[in-house]
Amino acid sequence: MNLFETESSKLVESEEDFVVNIGPQHPSTHGVLHLKIKLEGETVKDVEPHLGYIHRSIEKMSEAGNYRQFSYLTSRMDYLSSHMNNQACAIAVEKAIQVEVPKRAQVIRILMAELTRLASHQLWWGAMGLDIGAVTPFFISFRDRESILEIFEDTCGTRLTMNYNVPGGVMLDLHPNFQKRVRELLPILKKNLKEYDDLLTGNVIFEERTKGVGVISGADALSYGCSGPVARASGVSCDIRKWHPYDGYEEVKFNEIIETAGDCFARYKVRMLEMWESISIVEQLIDNIPEGEFQAKTKNVLKPAKGEWFVRVETARGELGVYLISDGTANPYRVKFRSPNFSNLSALKHMAVGGKIGDLVAIMATLDLVIPDIDR
Amino acid sequence: MSNEELKAFVSKIIPEAVFEEGGQYLNVIVDAVLVRKLLEELRHESTTGFDFLFCLSGVDWKTHFFVVYHLESKHNKHIIVIKAKVNREEPVCPTVSDIWRTAELHEREVFDLFGVKFTDHPDLRRLFLDDTWGFPLRKDYVDDTTIVSL
Amino acid sequence: MVISSVDKVVNWSRANSLWPLVFGTSCCAIEMMSAASAKYDWSRFGFEVARASPRQADLIICAGTIVYKMAPVLKRLFDQMPDPKYVIAMGACTISGGPFFYNSYSVVRGIDHIVPVDVYIPGCPPRPEALLHSLIELQRKIKTHTVVKQSAPQEFIVK
Repeated sequence: MNLFETESSKLVESEEDFVVNIGPQHPSTHGVLHLKIKLEGETVKDVEPHLGYIHRSIEKMSEAGNYRQFSYLTSRMDYLSSHMNNQACAIAVEKAIQVEVPKRAQVIRILMAELTRLASHQLWWGAMGLDIGAVTPFFISFRDRESILEIFEDTCGTRLTMNYNVPGGVMLDLHPNFQKRVRELLPILKKNLKEYDDLLTGNVIFEERTKGVGVISGADALSYGCSGPVARASGVSCDIRKWHPYDGYEEVKFNEIIETAGDCFARYKVRMLEMWESISIVEQLIDNIPEGEFQAKTKNVLKPAKGEWFVRVETARGELGVYLISDGTANPYRVKFRSPNFSNLSALKHMAVGGKIGDLVAIMATLDLVIPDIDR
Repeated sequence: MSNEELKAFVSKIIPEAVFEEGGQYLNVIVDAVLVRKLLEELRHESTTGFDFLFCLSGVDWKTHFFVVYHLESKHNKHIIVIKAKVNREEPVCPTVSDIWRTAELHEREVFDLFGVKFTDHPDLRRLFLDDTWGFPLRKDYVDDTTIVSL
Repeated sequence: MVISSVDKVVNWSRANSLWPLVFGTSCCAIEMMSAASAKYDWSRFGFEVARASPRQADLIICAGTIVYKMAPVLKRLFDQMPDPKYVIAMGACTISGGPFFYNSYSVVRGIDHIVPVDVYIPGCPPRPEALLHSLIELQRKIKTHTVVKQSAPQEFIVK
């Protein structure tokens, strides 16, 4: 294997084509994405993503572990919504071994998921500001994100890759201070979200750079497999929490945010409003956590019957799917992760061709890609 | 449409289709040479209208491969799973990247990890690994230098 | 080993204004960003300016897993940095492959197969305080270097 050979590219068709590399190491905080763009002046004519710079063979490794072990690798896939990745794996195994999750564990899972979604969107907002050129939002969003991560640390033990979901429920009960800390945090978060709008949303430069940029229609978004805020900003209703509810989401009241413009500003607005919806879900549940078990009883060695199960979960970036195939032994036969960022990335070329390089950066900021999720 | 109506629809187009019982969704097993006709009908017929291909995966069952298509219709609110049976010695399957644009990258991934060639694909190259690597997700993939087994 | 006063001044200026290169591949990059932001501010120690180009940086904090496809890129970045340059291996993946040590076919088991490493930080991901601790350790290590020519190899002994 020759490590120093570069990949073939289909972009260069004639001698006048000007191809530029973006990445794999670049100051944008999205990760190791290598884009080859064909330019004419500053206008983008073609975009070709090259992947595999963080391909860590998670699907192959899952076949070697057992049913409790493969979810630990998924926290590292889309690490900003790691709780929801683990939740998808836990639900898949629970379907396979046919065990029911107690009510208390379901409510804890929803609370953790919504707090993770808030933290992820806050980081997205800071990184978006940084990509467009504003440095202040980065520090402000991290300040707020830290307060959520401290709450996670009390209960789950870590800040980022919390392997808190296990088949049957959650690993440990909530910390005694959890409810008090979340109740104190919510008014502060509400005040800070208004600050986000003051800083960035109404800014003239920001609006010029995002309105009308990177438009994708609803039918195209569906054809490219987009999900999450990217599809919802083009008018497609696709929130898995509403369409195929899991873990008690059918009893929680919240709105699905849909915009129709399909441009960067619409995607921005969808995520900002989703943060308010997450706060409202946490408010509904924080005082009504039912008493009871936090984990259902399961055997030590899990051996589901032969079969296959597909679980869909709404992460902060879109629809994550876990396709689990079992052949009756203690190791999964095949685990396939349908990652939301993989499909969102395929729409990048459609959105970026014809615009300028600055528009490409703005589009990538609103797509909110996490590259290890693409490469798995 | 209910599962029974979908079964009737599929049998009308592909009489040789086999249905798997007892799964989460309706599972249909078809031969790879016939699968494109079925998928085109499922996409364009208005009563089925499967416009969202939400997962395209490959599975290695040691004697053959399956290319699994998970389809959903947002208007008609139903889900179907089509499994295309692909020969192991010469793994070839028709592409669907002109029906659903998301299939372009997904089929490149299945080609990269399993070695299944998709005919008429606009750009079939390896996605994550380079050209000299084997096909790692096959069950008979052996790599003594890199893999450290527990 | 004798540190002259010239060395003291040079080492002091090098240690207190290390400029890191922005290089984060996966999850550890988020903890590195947390260390850069307001709560665990690393610019108190002189790491204020995080450069995007390796020609202007003198420290590469390798945060995240390195796979076989990314390894030549890391080596090229390291080669492009001017001397004196330092490498911090952040996180379990860079020390030994981390959680991907067993059964993975594409992960490099530790970046010390590619570049020489000065400080290792264990953790998955390590807390931002651990990253700050390692930066201070690196500063201590730099303060024992000497620019005066030596006949014997230099040693670093922790007091």
